[in-house]
Amino acid sequence: MKIVVCVKQVATLGDEVEFTDDERDVDPDFLEFAINEWDTYATEEALRMKEAAGDGEVVVVTVGDEDAEDAMRRALAMGADRGIRISGDDIPPGDPITTARALAPVVGGESPDLVLCGVQSSDAVQGSTGAALAELLSLPRVAVAKNVELQNGKALVHRELEGGLIDVTEVDLPAVLTIQTGINEPRYATLRAIKQAEQQDIDVVEPGDLGAPAARVRRMFVPPKGEGAELLGSDASEIAGRIKTLVEEKLR
Amino acid sequence: MSVLVIAEHINGGVRDVTRELVTAAAELGGPVTVGVIAADPTPLVDQVNLPGVDEIVTVAAGASEFENDTYLAVVEALIQERRPRTVLTGFTVNSMGFAPALAAKLGTGFAADVFSVRDEGGSLVAERAFYGGKVYAEIDFPQKETVLLMLRPATWQPAEGAGSASVSELSVPAVESRARHNEFVEAPAADVDITTADFLLSIGRGIGEKDNIPVFEELAEKMGATLSVSRPIVDAGWMPSARQVGQSGKTVKPKIYLAFGISGAVQHLAGMKTAGTIIAVNTDPEAAIFNVAHYGAVADLFDVAEALAALY
Repeated sequence: MKIVVCVKQVATLGDEVEFTDDERDVDPDFLEFAINEWDTYATEEALRMKEAAGDGEVVVVTVGDEDAEDAMRRALAMGADRGIRISGDDIPPGDPITTARALAPVVGGESPDLVLCGVQSSDAVQGSTGAALAELLSLPRVAVAKNVELQNGKALVHRELEGGLIDVTEVDLPAVLTIQTGINEPRYATLRAIKQAEQQDIDVVEPGDLGAPAARVRRMFVPPKGEGAELLGSDASEIAGRIKTLVEEKLR
Repeated sequence: MSVLVIAEHINGGVRDVTRELVTAAAELGGPVTVGVIAADPTPLVDQVNLPGVDEIVTVAAGASEFENDTYLAVVEALIQERRPRTVLTGFTVNSMGFAPALAAKLGTGFAADVFSVRDEGGSLVAERAFYGGKVYAEIDFPQKETVLLMLRPATWQPAEGAGSASVSELSVPAVESRARHNEFVEAPAADVDITTADFLLSIGRGIGEKDNIPVFEELAEKMGATLSVSRPIVDAGWMPSARQVGQSGKTVKPKIYLAFGISGAVQHLAGMKTAGTIIAVNTDPEAAIFNVAHYGAVADLFDVAEALAALY
């Protein structure tokens, strides 16, 4: 069983922010990077499927510059077999369609039995790359999988709808599934495995023709502050006292 | 600007998000067309005949419930037929199954989780957030004839009342559905109903580890609050989903929502932002929950919990 997992190196912002000169993105000096949380669940799910099948291969694919390999190496340290990076300097932020176009030839070239993506990335939250990728590969797709049961040539997938309602969907394989957090408990990588993954060779490929972008960030900005919360002080006992008073007042 | 809204329905009822999309569409000027796709769309027509809707197009296709291959094919046909400048869906689990795929197929402009749209002299400008909601972006779509936007639920006021839309039918060739709806499964019945509590004490990722849950269970009991949680606590298996507040959990509106260690992801805020009084305790002064909280404290959760417990 061959499974491709798409992973993303995501960025988080600290307390301060400055923008690039063209104001179309945050200055990378103000960002910290890590593997997207959803993708650790997708990687874990793929590893479990391979283990249950008894043999197979888990291939992780990412789009980005060399620094983006860190996320993939984390997936390799969890137990994925092989990594491919599509160099993605030209891919605009916030354009999942173009990201899917970069992924498609590489993922398709692997002829996988299954493709797993995280539902969304924590930094862009478009929830779209997986479904767009499926279309470009002419594969069926199921978004927001909370449970996956492989059957003969099919999968029974629990889609998690709003409010927690589960839609049981039967999908023909191969397919692209986007994986929701909580579907499993992602394993920790051992220090030894992390070290080994750092040394592992990664295939680097150039993206093909990406076509016109689906969107353009005109400018980024810090959202205007609302009235904001009234601060309750800085000392724990003072805060606790204010909370107690508020609770008594508002419940009356 | 002409807009095509794709109605979403479940168990025979049109979902709130569809009425919100109608409001957003009307704000763009219209004409507004609503596409209703179902095995039998007729009973749904009245539910989308809302003020601001000019035309309802029904397409009898697919199964009784949502299947993404059907929606992709039918919405593609609707776009070819009506040539809207803008196509709106909700940023929902169902629409995540087809809208991005259709945008990739047709090469339309595209953005998801959009919370503001406007027409700037014939060009569409959308706003959405990046980096955990700490930064917003204006998005435009140069040279795109059609733009498909997935709008954030619970952002626009739902359209209400009776409209006077014309109704027409479109016939679309049947498509093979490769991902088929089998059944719905409700979450297991729970011993607690957080949606009826007046006072929720809610905990999130900031509590750090499972062993810290009893601290807040005991505090909630002392204070007379019901304990609720954010998604990471359920994902980790520390608490049952019946106690989860947010888009994939319960929508709550208690008199008091006291949040410890909840950063305030959009999906969480959607489930509690209308609470009477929101009090948030968090170590991160930039946490998004402070944008909706009425009262806030930037402090160590455990110090505050301990000090509170001592008062009861």
